[in-house]
This record gives sequence, structure tokens and C-alpha cells, in this order.
Amino acid sequence: MNAHSQPAALAAGPRARQQRAKRLLRFIACGSVDHGKSTLIGRLLFEANQLFEDQLDALAADSRKLGSQGGELDYSLLLDGLAAEREQKITIDVAYRFFATDRRKFIVVDAPGHEQYTANMATGASAADLALVVVAANDGLTRQSKRHLVILSLLGIRNVVLAINKMDRVGWSRQAFMAVDAEFRAFAAGLGIDDIVSIPVAAKSGDNVVRRSPHTAWHDGPTLLDALEAAEPAILQPGPLRMPIQLVNRPDADFRGYSGLIVSGAVHIGMMVRLLPSGRVTRVARIVTFDGDLESAEAGRSVTLTFTDEVDASRGDLVAGVDQAPSASDRILARVFWIGDRALGPGQRYLLKLATSTATASVEPQLRVLDLDSRGLVEAPTIAPNEIGTCTLRLNRAIAAEPYAACRETGSFILIDPETFDTVAMGCIEQIPQSRSATLKSSSRRQFARWTETHARSLAKAMSWRTTGGIDTFVVTFVISGSTKIAGSVALADVVTKILIHYLHERVWALVPWGKR
Amino acid sequence: MDTDILTASSPREDAPVDASTIAAASAARLAHLDELEAESIHIIREAVAEADNPVLLYSIGKDSSVLLHLARKAFYPAKLPLPLLHIDTTWKFREMIAFRDALAHQLDLRLIVHINRDGLARGINPIGSGSALHTDVMKTQSLRQALDQHRFDAALGGARRDEEKSRAKERIFSFRNAHHLWDPKRQRPEPWRIYNARKRDGESFRIFPLSNWTENDIWSYIERERIAVVPLYFAAPRPVVERDDMLIMVDDDRLPLKPGERPQIKMVRFRTLGCYPLTGAIESSARTVPEIVRETRQSRYSERRGRVIDGDGAASMERKKQEGYF
Repeated sequence: MNAHSQPAALAAGPRARQQRAKRLLRFIACGSVDHGKSTLIGRLLFEANQLFEDQLDALAADSRKLGSQGGELDYSLLLDGLAAEREQKITIDVAYRFFATDRRKFIVVDAPGHEQYTANMATGASAADLALVVVAANDGLTRQSKRHLVILSLLGIRNVVLAINKMDRVGWSRQAFMAVDAEFRAFAAGLGIDDIVSIPVAAKSGDNVVRRSPHTAWHDGPTLLDALEAAEPAILQPGPLRMPIQLVNRPDADFRGYSGLIVSGAVHIGMMVRLLPSGRVTRVARIVTFDGDLESAEAGRSVTLTFTDEVDASRGDLVAGVDQAPSASDRILARVFWIGDRALGPGQRYLLKLATSTATASVEPQLRVLDLDSRGLVEAPTIAPNEIGTCTLRLNRAIAAEPYAACRETGSFILIDPETFDTVAMGCIEQIPQSRSATLKSSSRRQFARWTETHARSLAKAMSWRTTGGIDTFVVTFVISGSTKIAGSVALADVVTKILIHYLHERVWALVPWGKR
Repeated sequence: MDTDILTASSPREDAPVDASTIAAASAARLAHLDELEAESIHIIREAVAEADNPVLLYSIGKDSSVLLHLARKAFYPAKLPLPLLHIDTTWKFREMIAFRDALAHQLDLRLIVHINRDGLARGINPIGSGSALHTDVMKTQSLRQALDQHRFDAALGGARRDEEKSRAKERIFSFRNAHHLWDPKRQRPEPWRIYNARKRDGESFRIFPLSNWTENDIWSYIERERIAVVPLYFAAPRPVVERDDMLIMVDDDRLPLKPGERPQIKMVRFRTLGCYPLTGAIESSARTVPEIVRETRQSRYSERRGRVIDGDGAASMERKKQEGYF
């Protein structure tokens, strides 16, 4: 317990002043069950002097009662906050912890290692900038570690800190460390995870967590805390403007605003924007906030926009930049992580929620499942629980969507079971396939346009018809009357009056939809 | 009188941050507080857009004050589209009730105050009945009564994940069954910013827009936005008695003094506020928000240390939450 008093004595005086300037790092701690994640995070918080004395007292009491360390401090009890977790000594759901050092603020998400709780791990990973993957040196990469890596890759996480834990169990062997490191890199390379920092640690004793270990003189890389402080989190993509509309703000007849969070790009007054799925183009009139109107606003800010035109937009629609607007589509090809209790199969119907819009989705045939060993996609009849695969979804209406790689917020969705309302899948859009029904719809729109006549066209048709008809009237009248004068007068009167009548007749028919195809 | 309470509680400091400065910030990453603010506003709007009959749970504390401020921002220029609900145990500090009523009046808010009349009639109180029974009947049961009575299907609250271990595990949109029960083993996955708010009749959600805020963030934001908070948060000479290692304020004559116990005047403030016989004060000289920000950064104790109810057995918060406590 003498380690107890030492960090606590380093009171937080100077660190307080630097708090403002820090950039936040959200990271997820994941890895196989019993490889020591929770212990490592607990140890990190303890060593970084982030625990309050009453929490430490409670930890000491808990460790005596529930701990697996023979009465020594059991750091995993700091994070396993649910009664069931403490009894079973496992992590069931993600825990969020907040801490700060002199250099930066952190949100750490401690994720469960058991396969049945992988969905909870994915929940935590979806918001992370970086992943801390814990692999026990004496166990190596397990199937579950691989699954976690695949999920990280699905979610687009490229930065990984690999903590090779339990180094004391392998006699602090450099060879053992290198073997796990090599196995890990080989597997991750096929998944596009290329920024990896490996560190030999022993969570229980705190070696290389915050303090450099005397046992690993051969390690010239950073300690865990050094690596986390030095990491560069993904910066919000500049990208084109994307703002999913959350709600229409209409306090009275004079104000109609569209509220949402700008998830990508920036907006400024006077900017031309496209509303989707309607495709309507308009201009930004005001950017309204409680603290006054803004000239411009960028990604990460919640605002209310008004437009120069009366537009018909509502919750679920998207405000996008004019040039790089996504398409409105009723068909998407997506990579899904299936977390439902029963397998995903063709023909099934779900509710799809993407940004703020909801649609009904049915699963088309031709499913493919990711094989964990080969990391390749293979055709399969269904996607089973906890598997990752690809499928094409047909929606009951077109919504604004684009690939996950282009924009996280407009390229990700969840599927909801329409009967149980459980969340059954997390999805990342791979591409927007050319939809047969979409092409059909747009071509029928073009045909419809051909049938809808302009006034000039109606008039021209009336004139050409009456000129033809006028010549006919002249010939017929001349044959009957034998007089060019009478034939000319009748034909002229006929042409002039009937052009007008024909034109009016055409316009009336143009208003009648009956008989059109 | 009304305005006195509100302005006196928000000491002036000369460090305003005006909107134009914020707007001028270029493509650089937004400051930490801006990020938290935007995230919370997004959650509040999602909650109100998805719910049929939402309510904002207002406990009068600092977190509720921040939540209310964010909710006003979320719907500006419209008025707050949801009412406030305060579960009154009848044992709150007098200054809390005065602050609540003044605020509701000044901001023209719809405020519903609910008291468990049945519990009151049974004479449940924090002193004679014990903290556990009092909390269960006058807070948990009372909240459930109010939600059922008004048929609220989404209750927004100011709980934060950094407060307590079981809260650190809870989703932002936290599903409750028709009996208001939370099942920590079967929480809906909640990836990205997509919240599954589907439910059946009678089921509901507790929604926590401040999930990712820390105590320090709350105070820094109160400072930046000049949000009014109850004066009890600021150090002042107050009459207290020392019990079980805690300083309990003698707020009215209902607190029975033990033999030999005599209230002493001490310079104290509160880090959290609840029922006065269950809430411990800390000795402090922090009279302004910046002083509190500094003090919380240096504190070696967590804010919930001053709560009697949290100590009622291991995993007690989780059990209370499962039963429907906020």
C-alpha cells in the first residue's frame, strides 16, 4: 500500500492551469477476456494520480471483499461498476472514465472482452479516435482479439496502441514480446490498421504504464501514458457541408428554422445549399444561435438555419453543399456488424435509422460474410450473430446517404427489429449501387415532363394544326363554291378563331391527368 | 426579490467569452466545452424530436442548471417545448426551493412540482425512516408516480458518467420497461450518434445529455456562460453539526439535535445538493465560480462523498437505478 501515498502526494497544482488548452482524446480499451484491460485502465488512472481518496478507500474495501489479488488492490474493480460484473469478475458493458494529465484530456472507454458482449465493445469503439488493444504475452492473439480488430477496421479506426500485457508471466522476454507484436501486425495489415505502437507492460505491477520498467531495458519505445499523450487523434474532416435536420423550429408564423448539428464542413450566410432527398436548392439566410446570429459555423456546432426561400424540409432531411451533395437513394450496399439474436437473412425487413432519418429496409439476396482467418468475404446464406458481412438493403423511400469513408455521420446506420425494437445491426455504407427503381423513377419523371406542355408549345401546335387545317378548308370551300374569294375568307376566319380555340382546348386537356401513362 | 436570488448566486468575473470571438475561430478544432455543448444540444433535440411527451427533470442542482441552459439553447428562438419536473421530498434546503421558484418565474418556465403525498402521510422522513427508505419512497417512488401521472415517455436528466461507477456504464438513451426498471445487462447498443428511441406504450427512456461532462467541465461552463446556481454552492458562514464525519447544515428546526450537539458556524459550501439532512458540506473558502473551479481541480475527494445515500451498501446506486431512481 505504499504506492498508495506516493502518487496522491503529487497534488494537482500546476496541471490545473493547463487544462484549457488540451485536445481531447477518446480511446477504447479492448482485447480478449482475461487479458487484463480493466486492470490496465485502473492502474493507469491510479498511476496518473486520477483517483480520489474516497474512491481509493472504497477500492481497498472492495478488493478485500471481492478482489482476486489476495487482498491487494484489484484495479479492475474501479471500472467494473455493475454488481454482476463484480460478482463474475468480468466486464459486461462499456465503462466511460474521464481523466486529464498535463498534456491532454482523455475519455477512456473500457470495453468488454467476452464474445457475447461484442456489441457493447462496438458501441464504445464507434466514437473512439484510437484503440488501446490489450493482448496477454502468454496467450497471444485470440479469436476475440481478431474480432475486435475487425470491428475497429470496420469503424475506420487506424491508430492502435498495442499493450502486450502480463510480461512478468513470460519472464520479461523480448522474444515473447516480438512474437506477439509480429503476429498482431501481420493480422492488422490486412485490415488497413497501420499506425501501431507496441509496448510491453505488466498492468498489475504498473510496469511501463506510467513508470518505465526496470525489467525491459530492451524496450526503447514509450510507456503507455507517453504513447497516449503523443497520439494524434483524427481531426474533424473539413469535407463538404453536411447537416442532418433534427427538427423544424417554428415558434411563430414569422420564423421557420431548421435545427441540427453540423457533422462535416462549414456553412456561411448566403451560401447555396441543397436539401435532400428533395434536391431543392436554396440559400442560407441566417445562422441562429442562443448567443446571437453567426456569420459562419463549422463542423461540431449545433445551429439553427433559415433559408431565403420557403422550402419544404423536415426532420430526417439533409442540408448539404450544392456541389458535393450525396445522392438520395433507396438502395445501399453496406458492411454490417450483426448483433441480433437470430441470423440476418434475405427477405427480412428492418427499420433503418441513418443520421436523423428512418426508413424501412428489406434485405436483398447475396449475402457475404467476413472470414476471420482469411479476412476475405465469402458468400453465405445468412449473417450470424456477432459476424460481420455485407448485404444490399432496399429502402421504402430514397434517403440521403453516402459511403462511410466519405462521411461517418451520413454513411453509418443502425437496423432496428420492427417487432422487438432491439438494435440488431450497426452498418457502414460501402457504396450506393445504381438502383433499378431509381432509374425507372427518374426516367418516368422525364417522360412525364414530355407530356406536360408549355404555353408556347400549345400555341405552336395550334398554329401548325390550323395552318394545315386552313389550307384544307380553302381547298374544300373552293371546290364547293368555286370562288377563291369566299374560300379565302372562310379559311382565314377559320384559321384565326380556331387557333385560339385549339390553344384553349389543349390547355384544358393539359390539366387532365386521365389517360396519361 | 426574484432577481436578487438569481444574480447574487452568479458572482461576476471579468472573463466573458462573446459569441463573435467563438464564431471567428477558424477551422481549428473547437474548444472542449464547445464540443460538449454541441453534443448535449444534439442529444436534447433528438430526445424531444423522438418522444411524444418529454419532461426535463430539474433537481435545482448545478447539473440541472447547466441542462436547463443547454435546453434553452437547443430550442432558441422557440420557448422550451417541455416542462420541468421537480421531485420535492419536502426536505430540500430552503434556498433551493426559493431559487427554483424564482427561476421558473423569471424564465417563464412550466414547472411541475411533485410530492409523494402518500409517503408524506405515512410520515416518511430522512431522519426517522433512514436514508434508504426516505430516498426510495420520496424520490424513486415519487418520480415513478409523477411520470405515470403525466404520462411522460422521456425524462431528461443531468446525471454524468463521472459521478459514479454504475452511471459510467449507462447509455445516453437509457431504456426503461413499463415498470421503470433498468436492465444493465441488456442495454441497447448505441453506436455513433444514432439513438434507438423506439418503444411500446408504457415503456420510457431516461436521457442523459450531460453523460460526457465532468464536474470540472460543469463548473467551467457555469463560469463561461454565467449560469445562475443556488448560493449554497458558494462558501459562506453557515450553522452546521458534525455527524459521522460529515458536516450537516441545520437548515430548519426539523433536525433533532443529539444530546450535547450544538450547531457551530463554519465557512462551508456544498459540492452536491439534495435533502439537507443527507447532504454533507465541505469546509471551503471558495466564494466565486473561478475559485470553485480551482478547488474541484485540487480536491482529493470525489463529489459524491458528501452523499449519505450513496453509502447504503455496495452497488447501491445500481440497485436504486434499477428500481427507477434517476
